[in-house]
Amino acid sequence: MSYLKPLFRHPKLPKNKLGYTQKEYEGSLSTLCAGCGHDSISAAIVQACFEMSVEPHKVAKISGIGCSSKTPTYFLGNSHGFNSVHGRMPSVATGASMANKDMVYFGVSGDGDSASIGMGQFVHVIRRNLNMVYIVMNNGCYGLTKGQDSATADQGSRSKAGSVNPFQAIDLASLAIELGATFVAQSFSGDKQQLVPLIKAAMHHKGFAFLNVISPCVTFNNNPGSTKSYDYVREHIEATSTLDFVPEMPEIKTNYEKGKSTRVAMHDGTLIQLNKLATDWNPEDRVSVANALQHARTKNEILTGLLYVNTEWKDLHGTLSTCSTPLNKLKEAELCPGTEALKEINAGYR
Amino acid sequence: MTKAVNDFIIRFANVNGTGSASANYLFAKAIFRMGIPVTPKNIFPSNIQGLPTWYEVRVSEKGYLGRREGIDILVSVNPQSMAQDVKSVKPGGYFMYDSTKKLPAPYFREDIHYLGVPMMEMSNEAFSDPRKRQLLKNIIYVGALAKLLNMDYSEIEKLVGEQFEGKKQLIDANIQALKLGMDYVDANFEYPLNFHLERRNLIKDKILVDGNTACGLGAVYGGATVMAWYPITPSTSVAEAFEHYCEEYRTDPETGEKKFAIIQAEDELAAMGMVIGANWNGARGFTATSGPGVSLMNEFLGLAYFAEVPAVLVDVQRTGPSTGMPTRTQQSDILLAAYASHGDTKHVLVFPATPHECFEMTSESFDLAERLQTPIMVMTDLDLGMNDHISEPFHWDQKRKYDRGKVLNAEELEHIGRFGRYLDVDGDGIPFRTYPGTHPTKGSFFTRGTSRDEYAAYTEDGAAYKRNMDRLMVKWETAKKIVPKAHLYQKENKSEIGILFYGTSTFSAEEAKDILEENGIIVDAIRIKAFPFGEEVVQFIHSHSTVFVIEQNRDAQLRSMMIMELETNPAKLIPVLNYDGMPITADAIKNQILKHLNLENTQHHELSKTAL
Repeated sequence: MSYLKPLFRHPKLPKNKLGYTQKEYEGSLSTLCAGCGHDSISAAIVQACFEMSVEPHKVAKISGIGCSSKTPTYFLGNSHGFNSVHGRMPSVATGASMANKDMVYFGVSGDGDSASIGMGQFVHVIRRNLNMVYIVMNNGCYGLTKGQDSATADQGSRSKAGSVNPFQAIDLASLAIELGATFVAQSFSGDKQQLVPLIKAAMHHKGFAFLNVISPCVTFNNNPGSTKSYDYVREHIEATSTLDFVPEMPEIKTNYEKGKSTRVAMHDGTLIQLNKLATDWNPEDRVSVANALQHARTKNEILTGLLYVNTEWKDLHGTLSTCSTPLNKLKEAELCPGTEALKEINAGYR
Repeated sequence: MTKAVNDFIIRFANVNGTGSASANYLFAKAIFRMGIPVTPKNIFPSNIQGLPTWYEVRVSEKGYLGRREGIDILVSVNPQSMAQDVKSVKPGGYFMYDSTKKLPAPYFREDIHYLGVPMMEMSNEAFSDPRKRQLLKNIIYVGALAKLLNMDYSEIEKLVGEQFEGKKQLIDANIQALKLGMDYVDANFEYPLNFHLERRNLIKDKILVDGNTACGLGAVYGGATVMAWYPITPSTSVAEAFEHYCEEYRTDPETGEKKFAIIQAEDELAAMGMVIGANWNGARGFTATSGPGVSLMNEFLGLAYFAEVPAVLVDVQRTGPSTGMPTRTQQSDILLAAYASHGDTKHVLVFPATPHECFEMTSESFDLAERLQTPIMVMTDLDLGMNDHISEPFHWDQKRKYDRGKVLNAEELEHIGRFGRYLDVDGDGIPFRTYPGTHPTKGSFFTRGTSRDEYAAYTEDGAAYKRNMDRLMVKWETAKKIVPKAHLYQKENKSEIGILFYGTSTFSAEEAKDILEENGIIVDAIRIKAFPFGEEVVQFIHSHSTVFVIEQNRDAQLRSMMIMELETNPAKLIPVLNYDGMPITADAIKNQILKHLNLENTQHHELSKTAL
């Protein structure tokens, strides 16, 4: 880790629409190992929020326990954060979202946090289509307890100590698609160009947006034989598409080969423009996505990019028909039925 | 034979899933409408259909609402439990049975009266639909009892009309069944029985309702907007009541928009996580569960205590440990709740004894939780939660405002200088908090279960950790001053002996106090309404030489808490316990107290002998 973070910022740093520089979106100094993939993801979140001119205090960051769950301290310092308990981030995020539907919820988790202790909550938050961005910083090991295999470690992957993982891996992206997640993307911490637009699109998705980001653990899982090392991942990633997140309705870009470009309109009028690299895959067709993932797996490829998006399904607030005013803004007059109603209620029990 | 007017116990032995519940309720409610105090209790299996279930109704002119041992009249419609039912009747009592089939000889006792009513036969003759035959057989015995016990028929008729409003066919069929029972008694028995009813005016404006409904309604009035829960007996009806009243009072009739969110979670862990997330984000959220759920929620309760997030949990206690007896009552989660989770933790508990208090304390818990920024647990139980109780009506002061505690808004943040989330600025141990989304650049902080300094920054500095833990104890002292005060039954002490109780042990303890008095033993009494214990509790303990602590668990859990928290001599706190899953009775309390006092006298006697 670094010990100092320079406070000096160039006076002419670019400002976004709100008049903030990137500094307003940064957090405290990271205490993760130098070169940790997680720090790159934090940086991507900072860049995405800055570029989108998100009000920093209109974001809430919620995490579980583990190295990944520490990261919310290292980005968006002007946002409230909640480092909760191991594997339980989804429930805390669900409650928080129910309280105030007008904020952006960033859930940060790891492979131990989501694929093992928190699997139940991960599955059920998908089922409810909670309007949130759920990032798993996936390194295939338990970094904070010194490198034990996690449930996403690939079968046959070799640990730093030399042991070979005998168990099958849980593929979180496939699982999310199977469960009906309405936005599923996969990326690599080392590919900021892909990651930033994915985060932007995820924030605009009204529903559950899942990002499974392979994020190598430089200390415990970056050795030869590991399938979550920088080298291995770089050699095996296969992008589904190149992607642009288009904040406002633009003219159609024509500099890509016709027939390979597809656009997905988000609820708020923004667009995702995908320039497909894989031809047999349609991001709005779950079956084709599931097939593409299976095929990639047989070829030992890691399919990245936006895999699946569905803008039709209601998010949890929609399903519950909650009112437009956030529940945490309602006062006595709107919540308490009052004494006259109570008289009637009493009469009903006589 | 002495006549027992408005003072007897009748027990119905039914099979669950046969529609007996509504017939039995009709019987109890009619007595309530006659202005006579009545306590119905359901004794039911953890099963949906086919197993024995009992419904016990105590009628008490004196207004004793606790359970009493001994059955005066048994209505038997379940052959499965008949052998044990016959045995349960007190000598001189009555055994009513379905005489469609002949009663087997072993069931005859010399010392009780038999009332054979051919319920099934009459029902089969009168009704053609098999399901109706089954259901209306139950109404036939209500009709028979109406005559035998001198019930006011017009009240029953009115109740049937209310229950099936607008369904004339059903009303007619029920009235027909009632009359069948009444006419049969008229033609075959002398009536009324020695045990019977006379109209009184003892109910006044009281209501008959269960505690879970009251808790759910209390949460609506208390401003809860987020409820997360997982189905578990006996707490499920809290969620149902909350939903019912929210649908009625918080749903826009035109748009269908709802001013509430209810989530049936995947488990109790998630339910508590959602409650904490909601409260952290400035909404009033709560959950309802029972012991097994509280066990699972321990992790989150510890987080809420340490990170100082408000939360309200209604614990409808049942018989533990483990799955225990899911449909029987107990007060055995007290210790678990008070010290839930690892590390040094203490939680605020409130103990309602009536539906009125379930309403009051649940609504108040949201204020307490936000003022103290900590979980508040409402410790009710199956007996209070799932049985109907006569209670003072629900009350709400129209002027009452929610006390949201110490929360800074954007304007205040502009003026306070550096914001310290865990900084005690005024000495009560309670720091200020902010809701997410308040101010673009001020007041944000990181909530965590790890140790932190006054400004919410992560620290492993032992001194900062200790300062924080000590401040939590200052907050605990503040809690003592604002939780509901214990109720003292006397202005000045009249005795060296005291009795102490809480929750559903109250009715039987009050009755036991009267019985002891009739036996010349005067005791002072105190009813605990909250943990931590206030100064009045300390005074009560210190000013009596012996205090009987009455509760419904094996390990005398509240007594343990008193020993731990009040630094009192354990020898003076005498446990009076009941833990068979049935509500405690006045007789059980009286007998245990007398046994102890007699034993004490004997010991003194022997000691003095030795001295001589």
